[in-house]
Amino acid sequence: MLKMAVTKLPSDVEAALRTAYENEDDPTAKTQLSAILSNLEIAATGIPMCQDTGVIIYYVKVGTKFPYIDAIQEALISATRKATEQIPLRPNAVHPFKGVNSNDNTGEKIPWINWEIVPGDSLEMTVFPKGGGSENVSIVGMLKPGAGLAGVKKLIVDNAMKYMGEACSPNIIGVGIGGGADISIKIAKQQLLRPLGDSHPEPEVSKLEKDLLDALNATGIGPMGLGGKTTVLAVKIGYAMRHPASLPVGVAVQCWAARRSTAVISKDLKVRYLTHPGGK
Amino acid sequence: MPEYHLTTPISEADARKLKVGDIVYVSGEHVYTARDEAHQRALELLKKGEKPPVDFNGSVIYHVGPVAWKKGGKWQIVSAGPTTSTRMELFEDEFLRKYRARIIVGKGGMGPKTLAALKEVGAVYCSYTGGCGALAAKGLKEVRAYEWQDLGMPEALWVITAKDFGPLLVTMDSHGNSLHDEIAKKVEAKKAEVYAKLGIKP
Repeated sequence: MLKMAVTKLPSDVEAALRTAYENEDDPTAKTQLSAILSNLEIAATGIPMCQDTGVIIYYVKVGTKFPYIDAIQEALISATRKATEQIPLRPNAVHPFKGVNSNDNTGEKIPWINWEIVPGDSLEMTVFPKGGGSENVSIVGMLKPGAGLAGVKKLIVDNAMKYMGEACSPNIIGVGIGGGADISIKIAKQQLLRPLGDSHPEPEVSKLEKDLLDALNATGIGPMGLGGKTTVLAVKIGYAMRHPASLPVGVAVQCWAARRSTAVISKDLKVRYLTHPGGK
Repeated sequence: MPEYHLTTPISEADARKLKVGDIVYVSGEHVYTARDEAHQRALELLKKGEKPPVDFNGSVIYHVGPVAWKKGGKWQIVSAGPTTSTRMELFEDEFLRKYRARIIVGKGGMGPKTLAALKEVGAVYCSYTGGCGALAAKGLKEVRAYEWQDLGMPEALWVITAKDFGPLLVTMDSHGNSLHDEIAKKVEAKKAEVYAKLGIKP
């Protein structure tokens, strides 16, 4: 699944990049998107599309009756080591105090596993390699509740105008509102797992998604920050109830290489690949 | 857009010919990867009166931390798209003055210190499309040496022979022009309109 994730984008992301290429008329923006599309073709032969194969993150939704719960963590760690050597992935796990690279993408708390326990007897797992460039411009803003939704919008727009091309646009923006500092950014990052074409079921939220998408694309930042119409492919928003005195906003920025691969493993270990049908 | 095919070592005159918007393809033996730590080490060596293992004069410095592997006893670059160049703003002006590299390749552009050094030294900054690691690796034909391995694979100094490495887009030239500054100004000018669209009070 790691190999699928780093060599082939989910079809919704690839389609959105193709549409962006068609829609751009700025020559520089077209050059950038055309390079991205050629790059995807080469990557599909089994080469990591981006050299930054990210910090390895897993989202695990495990059924309470799935028979191998005990084995999941160890399996994910050893799969990460194996993938690093065989694909190969870039070793991206550095000890923050000693400055030493572990060379196998594992170490204290890494790979990071997000656990969710759900009813049922199967396991749904998403592999999510997250690159450093876009992670470096992800933020949490602890706004005053009085700032309201206008404050939320300003935080997102100002952030985008600050990092410009540094996060390898066109980007996908995940937003988490409410909860607390940690909860808001966790929700924000989870939004990056949503299919690009969906919109939030609640109309107020989906309107904000659409408004922010239009506004960010009107900035003229464009692909790689070199100008153009396509600055973001999507804005996805989720929320949690907030403390009366707080308005936390998490903004998770995703580069165009929005790599993820999801599969469902049944209790008798049959695998069904969702983002990369047939395991390809 | 004018297109140039240059071979390293690149002369000051050739570098000064390049202007923002030009496309460049590079071939030759003086292509080196360098991120934060390799820049720092190269400058520290100079302070100690020591020499780096390669000659940076006329070279292409690529801001990249590649994925590489050893096949049949030889290192190969597998995927090598650019990293964010602003991190190197701390060292690049001094590096350019001391080592006379002629083309810096990265993504996102660099700041005023580097722009001034490009003008003074006669060099350019080129943007390569971020994330296009598989495409870039095609132009990075041969790894001749893997120096400073103690820095780890991404931060080490990779010594590369390139063949038509590109397309590199000149976004900062030796005449004081920066496409990054130009776009930043345009985006700043759009701010009021974007705020109004969203009902944000400035």
